[in-house]
Amino acid sequence: MIKVQNLTKAFGTKLAVNGVSFSVERGEVLGFLGPNGAGKSTSMRMITGFIPPTSGSVTVGGHDIVENPIPAKRLMGYLPENAPSYHDMTVHGFLAFAAELRGLQGDARKRAVNRAVEMCFLEGVLHQSIETLSKGFRHRTCFAQSIIHDPDVLILDEPTDGLDPNQKHEIRTLIRRMGEKKAIIFSTHILEEVESVCSRAIIIDRGRVVANGTPSELKLRSELAGAITFKVVGVSAQDLKDKTSQINGVRKTLVVKDDPSVSTVRIYPSSKPETEALAQSLGQLALREKWVVQDLHIEEGRLDEVFRTITLPETGQEGQK
Amino acid sequence: MNSVSVIKTITKRELSGYFASPVAYVFIVIFLLLAGFFTFMAGGFFERNEASLMSFFLWHPWLYLFLVPAVGMRLWSEERRLGTMELLLTMPITPWQAIVGKFLASWLFLALALALTFPVWMTVSYLGSPDHGVVMTSYLGSLLLAGAYLAISCMTSAMTRNQVVSFILSVVLALFLILAGWPPVTKLLDQVSENPRLVETVAAFSVMTHFEGFQKGSLDLRDIVFFAAIIGFSLFTTSIIIRSHRAG
Repeated sequence: MIKVQNLTKAFGTKLAVNGVSFSVERGEVLGFLGPNGAGKSTSMRMITGFIPPTSGSVTVGGHDIVENPIPAKRLMGYLPENAPSYHDMTVHGFLAFAAELRGLQGDARKRAVNRAVEMCFLEGVLHQSIETLSKGFRHRTCFAQSIIHDPDVLILDEPTDGLDPNQKHEIRTLIRRMGEKKAIIFSTHILEEVESVCSRAIIIDRGRVVANGTPSELKLRSELAGAITFKVVGVSAQDLKDKTSQINGVRKTLVVKDDPSVSTVRIYPSSKPETEALAQSLGQLALREKWVVQDLHIEEGRLDEVFRTITLPETGQEGQK
Repeated sequence: MNSVSVIKTITKRELSGYFASPVAYVFIVIFLLLAGFFTFMAGGFFERNEASLMSFFLWHPWLYLFLVPAVGMRLWSEERRLGTMELLLTMPITPWQAIVGKFLASWLFLALALALTFPVWMTVSYLGSPDHGVVMTSYLGSLLLAGAYLAISCMTSAMTRNQVVSFILSVVLALFLILAGWPPVTKLLDQVSENPRLVETVAAFSVMTHFEGFQKGSLDLRDIVFFAAIIGFSLFTTSIIIRSHRAG
Protein backbone atom coordinates (compact mmCIF):
# COMPACT_ATOMS: atom_id res chain seq x y z
CA MET A 1 0.00 0.00 0.00
CA ILE A 2 2.73 2.45 0.95
CA LYS A 3 6.01 2.50 -0.89
CA VAL A 4 8.73 4.89 0.22
CA GLN A 5 11.83 5.06 -1.92
CA ASN A 6 14.99 6.98 -1.13
CA LEU A 7 13.01 9.67 0.60
CA THR A 8 15.19 12.70 1.36
CA LYS A 9 14.42 16.07 2.84
CA ALA A 10 16.92 18.88 3.25
CA PHE A 11 16.23 21.98 5.33
CA GLY A 12 18.96 24.31 4.11
CA THR A 13 22.11 22.22 4.30
CA LYS A 14 20.80 19.96 7.03
CA LEU A 15 19.45 16.60 5.92
CA ALA A 16 16.43 15.90 8.11
CA VAL A 17 15.62 12.69 6.26
CA ASN A 18 18.31 10.94 4.27
CA GLY A 19 17.48 8.18 1.82
CA VAL A 20 14.73 6.42 3.74
CA SER A 21 13.15 3.42 1.96
CA PHE A 22 10.57 0.94 3.17
CA SER A 23 7.15 -0.37 2.28
CA VAL A 24 4.06 -1.28 4.23
CA GLU A 25 1.44 -3.75 3.04
CA ARG A 26 -2.17 -4.17 4.07
CA GLY A 27 -2.42 -6.01 7.37
CA GLU A 28 0.83 -4.57 8.65
CA VAL A 29 1.38 -2.18 11.52
CA LEU A 30 4.72 -0.48 11.16
CA GLY A 31 6.23 1.15 14.23
CA PHE A 32 8.35 4.16 13.53
CA LEU A 33 10.96 4.59 16.25
CA GLY A 34 13.71 7.05 16.79
CA PRO A 35 15.03 9.70 19.14
CA ASN A 36 13.59 13.21 19.03
CA GLY A 37 14.61 15.05 15.89
CA ALA A 38 15.50 11.83 14.06
CA GLY A 39 13.20 12.71 11.16
CA LYS A 40 10.10 10.72 12.05
CA SER A 41 7.62 13.57 11.77
CA THR A 42 9.30 14.97 8.68
CA SER A 43 9.02 11.56 6.99
CA MET A 44 5.36 11.31 7.91
CA ARG A 45 4.69 14.80 6.62
CA MET A 46 6.20 13.81 3.30
CA ILE A 47 4.24 10.57 3.15
CA THR A 48 0.97 12.42 3.76
CA GLY A 49 1.84 15.07 1.19
CA PHE A 50 2.05 17.99 3.59
CA ILE A 51 5.62 18.81 2.59
CA PRO A 52 7.23 17.85 -0.71
CA PRO A 53 10.36 15.68 -0.56
CA THR A 54 13.69 17.09 -1.75
CA SER A 55 14.20 13.82 -3.61
CA GLY A 56 12.84 10.31 -3.61
CA SER A 57 9.26 9.21 -3.96
CA VAL A 58 6.23 8.09 -1.99
CA THR A 59 3.38 6.13 -3.53
CA VAL A 60 0.19 5.29 -1.69
CA GLY A 61 -2.02 2.67 -3.28
CA GLY A 62 -0.07 3.17 -6.50
CA HIS A 63 -0.59 6.95 -6.58
CA ASP A 64 2.47 9.18 -6.35
CA ILE A 65 1.90 11.71 -3.58
CA VAL A 66 3.58 14.54 -5.51
CA GLU A 67 2.28 13.79 -9.01
CA ASN A 68 -1.17 12.66 -8.05
CA PRO A 69 -1.88 13.93 -4.54
CA ILE A 70 -5.67 13.89 -4.40
CA PRO A 71 -6.28 10.16 -5.00
CA ALA A 72 -3.34 9.31 -2.73
CA LYS A 73 -4.66 11.55 0.06
CA ARG A 74 -8.11 10.03 -0.31
CA LEU A 75 -6.73 6.65 0.76
CA MET A 76 -5.03 8.04 3.82
CA GLY A 77 -6.05 9.12 7.28
CA TYR A 78 -3.55 11.24 9.15
CA LEU A 79 -3.10 12.14 12.80
CA PRO A 80 -0.44 14.89 12.89
CA GLU A 81 1.88 15.39 15.84
CA ASN A 82 0.18 17.18 18.76
CA ALA A 83 -3.24 16.30 17.30
CA PRO A 84 -4.33 19.74 16.05
CA SER A 85 -8.01 20.66 15.74
CA TYR A 86 -10.16 23.76 15.35
CA HIS A 87 -10.71 24.87 18.92
CA ASP A 88 -13.76 26.98 18.14
CA MET A 89 -15.72 23.98 16.85
CA THR A 90 -17.64 21.31 18.70
CA VAL A 91 -16.44 17.72 18.44
CA HIS A 92 -19.42 16.88 16.27
CA GLY A 93 -18.93 19.93 14.05
CA PHE A 94 -15.26 19.13 13.58
CA LEU A 95 -15.87 15.50 12.65
CA ALA A 96 -18.70 16.45 10.29
CA PHE A 97 -16.37 18.95 8.63
CA ALA A 98 -13.66 16.31 8.20
CA ALA A 99 -16.21 13.87 6.79
CA GLU A 100 -17.47 16.44 4.32
CA LEU A 101 -13.96 17.21 3.10
CA ARG A 102 -13.58 13.46 2.61
CA GLY A 103 -16.58 13.63 0.30
CA LEU A 104 -19.11 12.08 2.67
CA GLN A 105 -22.54 13.65 2.65
CA GLY A 106 -25.98 13.18 4.09
CA ASP A 107 -26.56 9.76 5.64
CA ALA A 108 -23.09 8.51 4.80
CA ARG A 109 -21.64 11.44 6.72
CA LYS A 110 -23.86 10.80 9.71
CA ARG A 111 -22.91 7.12 9.78
CA ALA A 112 -19.20 7.93 9.46
CA VAL A 113 -19.32 10.42 12.32
CA ASN A 114 -21.26 8.03 14.55
CA ARG A 115 -18.85 5.20 13.84
CA ALA A 116 -15.76 7.32 14.61
CA VAL A 117 -17.37 8.74 17.75
CA GLU A 118 -18.14 5.25 18.98
CA MET A 119 -14.68 3.88 18.23
CA CYS A 120 -12.97 6.76 20.02
CA PHE A 121 -15.39 6.99 22.98
CA LEU A 122 -16.41 10.58 22.30
CA GLU A 123 -20.17 10.31 22.96
CA GLY A 124 -19.93 12.25 26.22
CA VAL A 125 -18.33 15.33 24.72
CA LEU A 126 -19.97 15.31 21.30
CA HIS A 127 -21.50 18.78 21.57
CA GLN A 128 -18.79 20.38 23.65
CA SER A 129 -16.49 22.92 22.08
CA ILE A 130 -13.01 21.48 21.56
CA GLU A 131 -11.24 24.25 23.48
CA THR A 132 -13.02 23.16 26.67
CA LEU A 133 -11.78 19.57 26.36
CA SER A 134 -8.87 17.93 28.14
CA LYS A 135 -5.81 16.91 26.20
CA GLY A 136 -6.87 13.28 26.02
CA PHE A 137 -10.23 14.12 24.47
CA ARG A 138 -8.66 16.53 22.00
CA HIS A 139 -6.27 13.83 21.00
CA ARG A 140 -9.02 11.32 20.49
CA THR A 141 -11.06 13.87 18.53
CA CYS A 142 -8.21 14.30 16.10
CA PHE A 143 -7.72 10.55 15.99
CA ALA A 144 -11.42 10.14 15.17
CA GLN A 145 -10.94 12.58 12.31
CA SER A 146 -8.21 10.39 10.85
CA ILE A 147 -10.41 7.27 10.73
CA ILE A 148 -13.62 9.02 9.74
CA HIS A 149 -13.59 7.71 6.17
CA ASP A 150 -12.38 4.24 7.15
CA PRO A 151 -9.15 4.69 5.18
CA ASP A 152 -6.98 1.87 3.86
CA VAL A 153 -3.87 3.65 5.07
CA LEU A 154 -3.37 5.29 8.44
CA ILE A 155 -0.47 7.53 9.34
CA LEU A 156 -0.36 8.28 13.06
CA ASP A 157 2.24 10.58 14.54
CA GLU A 158 2.57 9.71 18.22
CA PRO A 159 -1.03 8.58 18.66
CA THR A 160 -0.69 7.85 22.38
CA ASP A 161 1.28 10.93 23.36
CA GLY A 162 -0.22 12.67 26.38
CA LEU A 163 -2.86 10.04 27.11
CA ASP A 164 -3.35 8.34 30.45
CA PRO A 165 -2.57 4.61 30.74
CA ASN A 166 -6.18 3.54 30.15
CA GLN A 167 -6.55 5.70 27.08
CA LYS A 168 -3.20 4.46 25.80
CA HIS A 169 -4.43 0.94 26.16
CA GLU A 170 -7.65 1.73 24.27
CA ILE A 171 -5.86 3.40 21.40
CA ARG A 172 -3.36 0.53 21.14
CA THR A 173 -6.15 -2.00 21.03
CA LEU A 174 -7.84 0.06 18.35
CA ILE A 175 -4.67 0.28 16.26
CA ARG A 176 -4.01 -3.44 16.58
CA ARG A 177 -7.56 -4.24 15.54
CA MET A 178 -7.53 -1.89 12.57
CA GLY A 179 -4.09 -3.14 11.58
CA GLU A 180 -5.61 -6.44 10.50
CA LYS A 181 -7.25 -4.80 7.50
CA LYS A 182 -5.26 -1.62 6.92
CA ALA A 183 -1.70 -0.51 6.37
CA ILE A 184 -0.68 1.55 9.39
CA ILE A 185 2.41 3.54 10.19
CA PHE A 186 2.72 5.00 13.63
CA SER A 187 5.52 6.71 15.43
CA THR A 188 6.20 6.48 19.11
CA HIS A 189 8.78 6.85 21.84
CA ILE A 190 7.26 4.11 23.90
CA LEU A 191 9.01 0.84 23.19
CA GLU A 192 6.52 -1.41 24.93
CA GLU A 193 3.96 -0.04 22.50
CA VAL A 194 5.98 -1.34 19.59
CA GLU A 195 6.10 -4.80 21.12
CA SER A 196 2.39 -4.90 21.81
CA VAL A 197 1.08 -3.36 18.59
CA CYS A 198 3.52 -3.56 15.69
CA SER A 199 4.07 -6.35 13.26
CA ARG A 200 7.26 -4.63 12.15
CA ALA A 201 9.41 -1.77 13.41
CA ILE A 202 11.83 0.66 11.87
CA ILE A 203 14.37 2.58 13.88
CA ILE A 204 15.38 5.84 12.34
CA ASP A 205 18.28 7.96 13.54
CA ARG A 206 19.62 11.21 12.14
CA GLY A 207 17.47 10.81 9.05
CA ARG A 208 18.51 7.23 8.23
CA VAL A 209 16.90 3.86 8.73
CA VAL A 210 19.23 2.02 11.10
CA ALA A 211 17.12 -1.05 11.79
CA ASN A 212 14.12 -2.73 10.18
CA GLY A 213 12.51 -5.94 11.38
CA THR A 214 9.86 -7.55 13.54
CA PRO A 215 10.03 -6.59 17.22
CA SER A 216 11.42 -10.05 18.12
CA GLU A 217 14.06 -9.82 15.40
CA LEU A 218 15.10 -6.44 16.71
CA LYS A 219 15.23 -7.73 20.25
CA LEU A 220 17.61 -10.47 19.17
CA ARG A 221 20.11 -7.74 18.38
CA SER A 222 20.21 -6.88 22.04
CA GLU A 223 23.23 -8.07 24.04
CA LEU A 224 20.88 -9.53 26.58
CA ALA A 225 19.04 -11.67 24.03
CA GLY A 226 19.89 -15.35 24.56
CA ALA A 227 21.38 -14.86 27.99
CA ILE A 228 20.10 -17.15 30.73
CA THR A 229 18.98 -15.82 34.06
CA PHE A 230 19.52 -18.36 36.81
CA LYS A 231 18.23 -17.98 40.35
CA VAL A 232 19.17 -20.50 43.00
CA VAL A 233 18.23 -20.69 46.68
CA GLY A 234 20.89 -21.05 49.34
CA VAL A 235 24.02 -21.04 47.20
CA SER A 236 26.52 -18.16 47.17
CA ALA A 237 26.78 -16.19 43.97
CA GLN A 238 30.50 -16.88 43.72
CA ASP A 239 29.88 -20.61 43.92
CA LEU A 240 27.22 -20.36 41.20
CA LYS A 241 29.53 -18.37 39.02
CA ASP A 242 32.46 -20.78 39.38
CA LYS A 243 30.40 -23.89 38.67
CA THR A 244 28.47 -22.51 35.71
CA SER A 245 31.56 -21.05 34.08
CA GLN A 246 32.92 -24.59 33.63
CA ILE A 247 30.03 -25.66 31.41
CA ASN A 248 30.82 -25.87 27.68
CA GLY A 249 29.56 -22.98 25.61
CA VAL A 250 29.51 -20.40 28.37
CA ARG A 251 31.12 -17.15 27.36
CA LYS A 252 30.82 -15.40 30.66
CA THR A 253 28.78 -15.36 33.83
CA LEU A 254 27.77 -12.16 35.55
CA VAL A 255 26.53 -11.87 39.10
CA VAL A 256 23.22 -10.00 39.10
CA LYS A 257 22.39 -10.29 42.77
CA ASP A 258 24.50 -11.67 45.56
CA ASP A 259 22.20 -12.57 48.39
CA PRO A 260 22.96 -15.44 50.86
CA SER A 261 19.38 -16.74 50.57
CA VAL A 262 18.77 -16.36 46.81
CA SER A 263 21.58 -15.61 44.35
CA THR A 264 21.04 -14.58 40.77
CA VAL A 265 23.53 -14.90 37.94
CA ARG A 266 23.24 -14.24 34.24
CA ILE A 267 24.98 -16.63 31.90
CA TYR A 268 25.89 -15.56 28.38
CA PRO A 269 26.33 -18.30 25.78
CA SER A 270 29.30 -18.12 23.39
CA SER A 271 26.80 -17.97 20.52
CA LYS A 272 23.06 -17.31 20.54
CA PRO A 273 21.91 -20.58 18.85
CA GLU A 274 23.53 -22.55 21.70
CA THR A 275 21.30 -20.96 24.28
CA GLU A 276 18.78 -23.76 24.49
CA ALA A 277 21.39 -26.47 24.83
CA LEU A 278 23.03 -24.41 27.50
CA ALA A 279 19.78 -24.09 29.41
CA GLN A 280 19.52 -27.90 29.45
CA SER A 281 23.08 -28.24 30.74
CA LEU A 282 22.26 -25.79 33.49
CA GLY A 283 19.28 -27.89 34.48
CA GLN A 284 21.45 -31.00 34.65
CA LEU A 285 24.04 -29.12 36.68
CA ALA A 286 21.37 -28.11 39.16
CA LEU A 287 20.22 -31.72 39.43
CA ARG A 288 23.77 -32.95 40.11
CA GLU A 289 24.43 -30.27 42.69
CA LYS A 290 20.94 -30.65 44.21
CA TRP A 291 20.32 -26.92 43.91
CA VAL A 292 16.88 -25.53 44.59
CA VAL A 293 16.21 -23.53 41.44
CA GLN A 294 13.82 -20.64 41.74
CA ASP A 295 14.09 -19.35 38.20
CA LEU A 296 15.76 -20.39 34.98
CA HIS A 297 14.79 -18.56 31.85
CA ILE A 298 16.16 -17.36 28.52
CA GLU A 299 16.10 -13.59 28.04
CA GLU A 300 14.35 -12.35 24.89
CA GLY A 301 16.37 -9.20 24.81
CA ARG A 302 15.12 -5.73 25.39
CA LEU A 303 14.06 -3.27 22.78
CA ASP A 304 15.18 -0.25 24.77
CA GLU A 305 18.68 -1.68 24.94
CA VAL A 306 18.71 -2.22 21.16
CA PHE A 307 17.33 1.26 20.69
CA ARG A 308 20.06 2.79 22.84
CA THR A 309 22.94 0.91 21.29
CA ILE A 310 21.73 1.67 17.76
CA THR A 311 20.90 5.32 18.18
CA LEU A 312 23.67 6.29 20.57
CA PRO A 313 26.76 4.47 19.34
CA GLU A 314 29.24 6.79 21.08
CA THR A 315 27.81 6.64 24.56
CA GLY A 316 27.02 2.96 24.08
CA GLN A 317 30.72 2.18 23.64
CA GLU A 318 31.72 4.36 26.54
CA GLY A 319 29.24 2.55 28.70
CA GLN A 320 30.83 -0.78 27.86
CA LYS A 321 34.32 0.37 28.75
CA MET B 1 -15.85 15.58 -4.72
CA ASN B 2 -15.89 18.65 -6.90
CA SER B 3 -14.19 21.96 -6.28
CA VAL B 4 -17.36 23.85 -5.54
CA SER B 5 -18.51 21.60 -2.73
CA VAL B 6 -15.01 21.58 -1.19
CA ILE B 7 -14.94 25.37 -1.23
CA LYS B 8 -18.45 25.48 0.17
CA THR B 9 -17.49 23.16 3.02
CA ILE B 10 -14.46 25.26 3.93
CA THR B 11 -16.38 28.52 3.63
CA LYS B 12 -19.13 27.20 5.86
CA ARG B 13 -16.67 26.10 8.53
CA GLU B 14 -14.75 29.35 8.48
CA LEU B 15 -17.88 31.46 8.61
CA SER B 16 -19.30 29.52 11.53
CA GLY B 17 -15.90 29.98 13.18
CA TYR B 18 -16.49 33.75 13.22
CA PHE B 19 -19.84 33.39 14.87
CA ALA B 20 -18.69 30.77 17.36
CA SER B 21 -16.53 33.41 19.02
CA PRO B 22 -17.38 36.97 20.08
CA VAL B 23 -15.21 38.26 17.22
CA ALA B 24 -18.11 38.51 14.79
CA TYR B 25 -20.44 40.39 17.10
CA VAL B 26 -17.78 42.77 18.37
CA PHE B 27 -16.70 43.47 14.83
CA ILE B 28 -20.18 44.15 13.52
CA VAL B 29 -21.07 46.46 16.40
CA ILE B 30 -17.84 48.43 16.10
CA PHE B 31 -18.15 48.62 12.34
CA LEU B 32 -21.68 49.96 12.52
CA LEU B 33 -20.86 52.44 15.30
CA LEU B 34 -17.84 53.79 13.46
CA ALA B 35 -19.66 53.94 10.13
CA GLY B 36 -22.41 55.94 11.83
CA PHE B 37 -19.97 58.22 13.58
CA PHE B 38 -18.06 59.01 10.40
CA THR B 39 -21.20 59.53 8.34
CA PHE B 40 -23.12 61.76 10.72
CA MET B 41 -20.43 63.44 12.81
CA ALA B 42 -17.25 63.61 10.77
CA GLY B 43 -18.83 63.40 7.32
CA GLY B 44 -21.39 66.12 7.93
CA PHE B 45 -24.31 64.12 6.57
CA PHE B 46 -26.90 66.73 7.49
CA GLU B 47 -24.77 69.78 6.76
CA ARG B 48 -24.38 68.62 3.17
CA ASN B 49 -28.10 68.94 2.67
CA GLU B 50 -28.02 66.38 -0.14
CA ALA B 51 -29.97 63.20 -0.56
CA SER B 52 -26.83 61.13 -1.08
CA LEU B 53 -24.70 58.63 0.81
CA MET B 54 -21.47 60.42 -0.18
CA SER B 55 -20.58 61.14 3.44
CA PHE B 56 -21.14 57.47 4.26
CA PHE B 57 -19.02 55.88 1.54
CA LEU B 58 -16.31 58.53 1.65
CA TRP B 59 -14.91 57.05 4.85
CA HIS B 60 -14.95 53.43 3.86
CA PRO B 61 -11.31 53.22 2.72
CA TRP B 62 -10.25 54.55 6.14
CA LEU B 63 -12.71 52.46 8.08
CA TYR B 64 -11.64 49.29 6.29
CA LEU B 65 -7.99 50.16 6.77
CA PHE B 66 -8.16 48.88 10.36
CA LEU B 67 -11.26 46.77 10.43
CA VAL B 68 -10.62 44.48 7.46
CA PRO B 69 -7.13 43.38 8.63
CA ALA B 70 -8.75 42.63 11.99
CA VAL B 71 -11.02 40.16 10.21
CA GLY B 72 -8.36 38.72 7.91
CA MET B 73 -5.38 38.50 10.25
CA ARG B 74 -6.32 35.12 11.67
CA LEU B 75 -7.14 33.39 8.39
CA TRP B 76 -3.86 31.54 7.94
CA SER B 77 -1.78 32.59 10.93
CA GLU B 78 -4.21 30.80 13.22
CA GLU B 79 -4.02 27.66 11.07
CA ARG B 80 -0.26 27.74 11.34
CA ARG B 81 -0.25 28.46 15.07
CA LEU B 82 -2.66 25.65 15.88
CA GLY B 83 -1.12 23.26 13.37
CA THR B 84 -4.48 22.71 11.69
CA MET B 85 -2.90 23.74 8.40
CA GLU B 86 -1.26 20.33 8.37
CA LEU B 87 -4.63 18.72 8.84
CA LEU B 88 -6.35 20.84 6.21
CA LEU B 89 -3.70 20.44 3.53
CA THR B 90 -3.43 16.67 3.94
CA MET B 91 -7.13 16.36 3.18
CA PRO B 92 -7.93 15.40 -0.42
CA ILE B 93 -8.23 19.04 -1.48
CA THR B 94 -5.96 21.47 -3.29
CA PRO B 95 -4.41 24.45 -1.49
CA TRP B 96 -6.32 26.70 -3.89
CA GLN B 97 -9.65 25.39 -2.73
CA ALA B 98 -8.65 26.10 0.86
CA ILE B 99 -7.42 29.61 0.06
CA VAL B 100 -10.51 30.55 -1.91
CA GLY B 101 -12.86 28.98 0.63
CA LYS B 102 -11.32 30.85 3.54
CA PHE B 103 -11.21 34.11 1.61
CA LEU B 104 -14.85 33.81 0.56
CA ALA B 105 -15.93 33.16 4.14
CA SER B 106 -14.40 36.39 5.44
CA TRP B 107 -15.63 38.30 2.43
CA LEU B 108 -19.16 37.07 3.04
CA PHE B 109 -18.80 38.11 6.63
CA LEU B 110 -17.73 41.63 5.59
CA ALA B 111 -20.61 41.71 3.12
CA LEU B 112 -22.97 40.92 5.97
CA ALA B 113 -21.55 43.74 8.08
CA LEU B 114 -21.87 46.09 5.11
CA ALA B 115 -25.43 44.97 4.44
CA LEU B 116 -26.33 45.80 8.03
CA THR B 117 -25.71 49.48 7.25
CA PHE B 118 -29.01 49.48 5.32
CA PRO B 119 -30.69 51.86 7.82
CA VAL B 120 -28.47 54.63 6.46
CA TRP B 121 -29.89 54.01 3.01
CA MET B 122 -33.40 53.95 4.46
CA THR B 123 -32.76 57.20 6.31
CA VAL B 124 -31.62 58.99 3.22
CA SER B 125 -34.54 57.60 1.20
CA TYR B 126 -36.91 58.81 3.89
CA LEU B 127 -35.40 62.29 4.01
CA GLY B 128 -35.12 62.78 0.29
CA SER B 129 -34.91 60.94 -2.97
CA PRO B 130 -31.36 59.73 -3.53
CA ASP B 131 -30.16 58.21 -6.79
CA HIS B 132 -30.54 54.53 -5.93
CA GLY B 133 -28.30 53.51 -8.81
CA VAL B 134 -25.45 55.51 -7.32
CA VAL B 135 -26.05 53.94 -3.90
CA MET B 136 -25.95 50.49 -5.44
CA THR B 137 -22.72 51.04 -7.36
CA SER B 138 -21.24 52.60 -4.21
CA TYR B 139 -22.13 49.50 -2.22
CA LEU B 140 -20.59 47.33 -4.93
CA GLY B 141 -17.44 49.47 -4.90
CA SER B 142 -17.27 49.28 -1.13
CA LEU B 143 -17.59 45.50 -1.24
CA LEU B 144 -14.81 45.23 -3.83
CA LEU B 145 -12.65 47.55 -1.75
CA ALA B 146 -13.18 45.36 1.31
CA GLY B 147 -12.35 42.30 -0.79
CA ALA B 148 -9.09 43.86 -1.95
CA TYR B 149 -8.00 44.70 1.59
CA LEU B 150 -9.08 41.29 2.75
CA ALA B 151 -7.02 39.52 0.09
CA ILE B 152 -4.02 41.53 1.26
CA SER B 153 -4.67 40.50 4.88
CA CYS B 154 -5.00 36.93 3.72
CA MET B 155 -1.55 37.18 2.16
CA THR B 156 0.08 38.76 5.22
CA SER B 157 -1.55 36.24 7.53
CA ALA B 158 0.03 33.43 5.52
CA MET B 159 3.43 35.02 6.13
CA THR B 160 3.44 34.68 9.89
CA ARG B 161 1.93 32.70 12.74
CA ASN B 162 1.67 35.91 14.74
CA GLN B 163 -1.65 37.67 14.25
CA VAL B 164 -0.34 41.06 15.40
CA VAL B 165 2.46 41.03 12.83
CA SER B 166 -0.04 39.98 10.19
CA PHE B 167 -2.37 42.84 11.20
CA ILE B 168 0.33 45.51 11.09
CA LEU B 169 1.71 44.33 7.76
CA SER B 170 -1.65 44.42 6.09
CA VAL B 171 -2.52 47.83 7.54
CA VAL B 172 0.73 49.21 6.13
CA LEU B 173 0.10 47.69 2.69
CA ALA B 174 -3.49 48.93 2.64
CA LEU B 175 -2.36 52.35 3.80
CA PHE B 176 0.03 52.51 0.88
CA LEU B 177 -2.84 51.73 -1.49
CA ILE B 178 -4.84 54.58 0.02
CA LEU B 179 -2.08 57.16 0.19
CA ALA B 180 -0.93 56.65 -3.40
CA GLY B 181 -4.09 58.37 -4.58
CA TRP B 182 -4.94 60.56 -1.60
CA PRO B 183 -5.16 64.21 -2.70
CA PRO B 184 -2.56 65.55 -0.20
CA VAL B 185 -0.06 62.98 -1.45
CA THR B 186 -0.80 63.41 -5.15
CA LYS B 187 -0.45 67.16 -4.75
CA LEU B 188 2.88 66.73 -3.03
CA LEU B 189 4.08 64.41 -5.80
CA ASP B 190 2.88 66.96 -8.35
CA GLN B 191 5.05 69.64 -6.80
CA VAL B 192 8.11 67.44 -6.51
CA SER B 193 7.98 65.83 -9.91
CA GLU B 194 8.05 67.56 -13.28
CA ASN B 195 6.51 64.58 -14.96
CA PRO B 196 2.69 64.49 -14.62
CA ARG B 197 2.64 60.87 -15.77
CA LEU B 198 4.48 59.78 -12.65
CA VAL B 199 1.70 61.13 -10.47
CA GLU B 200 -0.85 59.45 -12.68
CA THR B 201 0.94 56.12 -12.55
CA VAL B 202 1.28 56.20 -8.78
CA ALA B 203 -2.32 57.31 -8.36
CA ALA B 204 -3.45 54.49 -10.63
CA PHE B 205 -2.32 52.05 -7.92
CA SER B 206 -4.53 53.66 -5.37
CA VAL B 207 -7.84 52.27 -4.21
CA MET B 208 -9.02 55.87 -3.77
CA THR B 209 -8.86 56.60 -7.48
CA HIS B 210 -10.74 53.44 -8.33
CA PHE B 211 -13.28 53.69 -5.54
CA GLU B 212 -14.20 57.22 -6.63
CA GLY B 213 -15.84 56.04 -9.85
CA PHE B 214 -18.23 53.74 -7.98
CA GLN B 215 -19.22 56.59 -5.65
CA LYS B 216 -20.18 58.68 -8.66
CA GLY B 217 -22.38 55.92 -9.96
CA SER B 218 -20.21 54.80 -12.85
CA LEU B 219 -19.35 51.16 -13.38
CA ASP B 220 -16.01 51.33 -15.12
CA LEU B 221 -14.62 47.97 -16.15
CA ARG B 222 -11.11 49.22 -15.38
CA ASP B 223 -12.06 49.85 -11.76
CA ILE B 224 -13.60 46.41 -11.42
CA VAL B 225 -10.55 44.84 -13.04
CA PHE B 226 -8.30 46.79 -10.67
CA PHE B 227 -9.94 45.36 -7.55
CA ALA B 228 -10.24 41.90 -9.07
CA ALA B 229 -6.54 42.06 -9.93
CA ILE B 230 -5.56 42.96 -6.36
CA ILE B 231 -7.63 40.08 -5.06
CA GLY B 232 -6.28 37.65 -7.63
CA PHE B 233 -2.68 38.70 -7.14
CA SER B 234 -2.86 38.59 -3.34
CA LEU B 235 -4.48 35.18 -3.27
CA PHE B 236 -1.96 33.87 -5.77
CA THR B 237 0.86 35.20 -3.57
CA THR B 238 -0.83 33.53 -0.60
CA SER B 239 -0.63 30.18 -2.38
CA ILE B 240 3.06 30.74 -3.14
CA ILE B 241 3.80 31.67 0.48
CA ILE B 242 1.99 28.58 1.74
CA ARG B 243 3.80 26.36 -0.73
CA SER B 244 7.18 27.79 0.22
CA HIS B 245 6.48 27.22 3.92
CA ARG B 246 5.69 23.62 3.23
CA ALA B 247 8.77 23.20 1.07
CA GLY B 248 10.84 24.36 4.07
